[in-house]
Amino acid sequence: MQFLITVLLDGLIYASYLFIVSLGLTITFGVMKILNVAHGGFFAWGAYLASISIIYLGDNEYNSFLYYFAIFLSAIIVGLFFGYIIERFILRKMYNEDIHLIVLATFGLFWILEDLILHVFGVDPLMPYYPAMELGGIELGGIFQGVYSLTLAGLAIIVAFICWYFLKKTKYGKVLQSVIFDREVSVSMGINVTKVYLITFIIGGMLGALGGAYIAPTISVSPGFAIDVVVMSFAVVVIGGMGSVPGALIGSLIVGLVRAFAVHQAPILELFIIYAIMAIVLIIKPEGLFAPPKPRKI
Amino acid sequence: MFKGILKEQTIQVGIGFVFIVVLLGTFILPEWMSNNFMYGLSRGLAVLGLMILWRTNLVSFGHALYYGFGAYAVAMAQKYLGVTDVFLRIIIAITAAGILGFVLGFILRRYREIFFAMLSLAFSMVLYGLLAKAEFLGSTDGMSISPSTMFGFELGRFGLFYFIGFVVILSLIFAHAYLRSSLGHLTTAIMDNEIRVEYLGYSVEKAIHIKYVISACLAGGAGGLMAAALGQVDPDSMVLWSVSGELVFVTIMAGLGNILAPFVGAIFFEFIRTYAYEFAPQAWQMIIGGTLLAIIFFLPGGLWSLFQKINPFKKEKK
Amino acid sequence: MKLINLKTLGRIAITGLIASVLPMSVNAKDTVKVGVVSFLTGPAAGPFGTPAKQGAEIVIDAINSGTMPAPYNTKGFAGATMNPIFSDESGGGTKQVGLFRDFVQKQNVDAMIGYISSGNCMAIGPVADEVKMLTIFSTCGTERLYEEKLRSHVFRTQGNAVGDSLAAAKYIADEYFKGKVSTSDKMYTGINQNYAWGQDSYKFFKLGMAQYMPSAVGSTKPQFPKLFSGQYGSEISALSLDKAKIVHTSFWNGDFEAFMLQALVRGFFQKKILVSSVGGSGVDSLDKKFPDGVIMGTRGNVGLIVRNDTTPLNKWFIDSYKKRYGAYPLGPSYQYARAVMLYKIGMDKAAKAAGKFPTQDQVIAAMKGVTFESFADTIEMKRGDGHQAVHSIAYGVTKYNKAKGEPGIEKVIKYSASCIYPPAGAISQKWVESGMPGRKCN
Repeated sequence: MQFLITVLLDGLIYASYLFIVSLGLTITFGVMKILNVAHGGFFAWGAYLASISIIYLGDNEYNSFLYYFAIFLSAIIVGLFFGYIIERFILRKMYNEDIHLIVLATFGLFWILEDLILHVFGVDPLMPYYPAMELGGIELGGIFQGVYSLTLAGLAIIVAFICWYFLKKTKYGKVLQSVIFDREVSVSMGINVTKVYLITFIIGGMLGALGGAYIAPTISVSPGFAIDVVVMSFAVVVIGGMGSVPGALIGSLIVGLVRAFAVHQAPILELFIIYAIMAIVLIIKPEGLFAPPKPRKI
Repeated sequence: MFKGILKEQTIQVGIGFVFIVVLLGTFILPEWMSNNFMYGLSRGLAVLGLMILWRTNLVSFGHALYYGFGAYAVAMAQKYLGVTDVFLRIIIAITAAGILGFVLGFILRRYREIFFAMLSLAFSMVLYGLLAKAEFLGSTDGMSISPSTMFGFELGRFGLFYFIGFVVILSLIFAHAYLRSSLGHLTTAIMDNEIRVEYLGYSVEKAIHIKYVISACLAGGAGGLMAAALGQVDPDSMVLWSVSGELVFVTIMAGLGNILAPFVGAIFFEFIRTYAYEFAPQAWQMIIGGTLLAIIFFLPGGLWSLFQKINPFKKEKK
Repeated sequence: MKLINLKTLGRIAITGLIASVLPMSVNAKDTVKVGVVSFLTGPAAGPFGTPAKQGAEIVIDAINSGTMPAPYNTKGFAGATMNPIFSDESGGGTKQVGLFRDFVQKQNVDAMIGYISSGNCMAIGPVADEVKMLTIFSTCGTERLYEEKLRSHVFRTQGNAVGDSLAAAKYIADEYFKGKVSTSDKMYTGINQNYAWGQDSYKFFKLGMAQYMPSAVGSTKPQFPKLFSGQYGSEISALSLDKAKIVHTSFWNGDFEAFMLQALVRGFFQKKILVSSVGGSGVDSLDKKFPDGVIMGTRGNVGLIVRNDTTPLNKWFIDSYKKRYGAYPLGPSYQYARAVMLYKIGMDKAAKAAGKFPTQDQVIAAMKGVTFESFADTIEMKRGDGHQAVHSIAYGVTKYNKAKGEPGIEKVIKYSASCIYPPAGAISQKWVESGMPGRKCN
């Protein structure tokens, strides 16, 4: 029982974090049909910007409410800044290119974003542990869990709700869905796809950065740490269905829980099993478990 | 299939190119530079494999699977069987990768576009997950590869260089023969219209499967040669997804125009990397990323298109 | 049939020629060029690579100017000034092998010093022998380096993981269990990085426990996360669930700090006894937050454990380090300094014997099997055919020093080399399993 609770909690925490990161990726793919490797760059930048802000605030003993403010602000800044530059000046010129070329371009951008970090933030690892330390631990199922890590689950629920509300209940969300469903028809209906693309990319970037910024207090933020995150969130998105929001949720839960179980029971399989699931899903259901509906075209 | 192939200009230029590279590398240039040529020729094989796939518009984001598998096959053969003979090494690397490619090909041949890319990626990460965590496979340390021998004698760096040149020439001939055969032409037709090819009575999946196995063999051979040249294999620099990305990058940089392009591109890549690392150790990824974007935007045909502009034989093409 | 086009051939040849006349360094006789490799980027840079580089810099500068205390007070290396080239160790074994070849063939260095990661040492070792380059490993710890094969051109001034792990096991038996043995406390587990160093460290800790505390039981689920993963949520949960009270770790670099912080938040140290074989460098960066009661080694008489040692050489090192960098030297600073010192000893001794500037082979012959005074202890190059060092190793328990306002350590026990390392020529695992015959403990 104790074991089960712990695995569930570990899995949930990890899944929440994966969900926030991969949500941005799946939205970008759904709308723009771009597999954005540079998403890892957003993640890393979010984490770094939040880290230096938190360390500054913590060292100078500011109000701890400001930590959370810094986290969200970092995500917004990173998403806006890099999202705008990348979409406006690079991706926009490529939409008619081969899909593989676009992936490759985002790969190049990922490299550039990674090295920029070295120059802006330096090479030493950052540990913005203040918020996590402040909230401390709580005994659940016989062992201590970090309260801060548990709030990740709360954040994931909030993000998921906002996303659902936005897509289902707002006008802009409906526009977005129509673009996801069929781009050409949307254009002919008078939807400004260029604008939709820009905004989508920025929001996707913000979510990636938010994942990085929020997880930062619980990890050591160091150069190159995003490289594993990229491919992990690829796995989530592929398992759930590329471009599907509920898919990202299910995908993160599967990956999170399976990984937690593996770490407890068979640590050697930790990485292997995630990608094995990804491969199996692709083999059985290539569109992913929750593929968005396809328009029927003649 | 191979009839008259040596008379073809592509092959003559190719053989000439390899000869010059090997001669420069062994007699004229300092050793570090010859290392770059050696690595470039080896990696070029994997890029050639990707290029062949790309001609059917299939792009593998997981080709490091075969590259790494070939390299690890060499490492395992040394660890458990004591194999250091360079002929055996390359045969083991190619066979291992070929078998793996044959098996996975049954699945992958049904996939196109992004799904093909993602499934390749998934398979390569499965191998990575195993190698990085399993102690008996060396975990993230990987394994050392002892210097190659030939018939029991130490081969030396130059000997290995000659051998790599030899393998590359054979691969060029084979790849060219394949691409100009009806099977090779067929796969280019698949890129244009798959259904039409089926109507003509050919099995698209089978044609792709064959192509996939050839591509896997080339990547495996590249891994085997690279392992022998470097003297070390490890999952992070042989199997990780970013290695696959690098291979795709070199393919684009080289251009799809000619079977020699992958080797020119791969050697060029080694030099950018060495110099970028030496003069800007904290910005070498940025330099490579920037090069990649520059190529995509300003040189869509890759480096080879530069050669074509000054190629005196241009008329003979098409 | 046309021949290969001459124009193309000419073009390629010219490109090659232009490339070949690019700068090549010329080595003057009054300087020695040495590559010094440590982590300058990534999670290992702050707590390991940078202090390592700084330690090397202090000793190199002092030897170059002849200002180091005796017995290293002669100027230069066989009279020559050392010109160090610092380089980054990150990126994995394969990349490092490529860079190593560049160092030898492109930069024409006279020797190579450094390397922290055991994985890198395992990769570089065979290559160093292959290209015949004198290489002094300063820090890495896997015992496989010399037990798989003897190395002709490779030296290591740091004792291997066997000593660190056996000393940890013995310390637990001697100090922690002194008089208060309860069976539930006797279980142990571990969290170690999944590569040569972590694997070997835990293996020998287990073997050592079996010898010193035969009644202690090892957990069936020790954790081996990936090196530099930096995120240990699930692993900490798994360790917390485990009944074992003693947790062995050989974590180092940013991973150690990250693990400590994540474990602290979750009340880990209220329930577990952590045994850390390298954690010494993390104590300073966590400062007040570092928990008391962690059993701590620093891989020899370096760093935290010898902070108050007043041997002249040690005092000089701490003073000059503090003066120049405003901090205490850490374990890696000592280790890199030591490697430089062995190079000086070898060069001077070989020059004296040869009567002129020595060749590499003469230096290697001179370094083989020497015993030399390090900062607070004696290093004997007595294993691996005179290429591998052994030295004493100390463990203690962390206790924050409130009076001085800095981290401290108490209950220090020092184990002599003959107690924790197998005799020359023995294979470590067999030696420990057969009951460590011939060991002499103080």
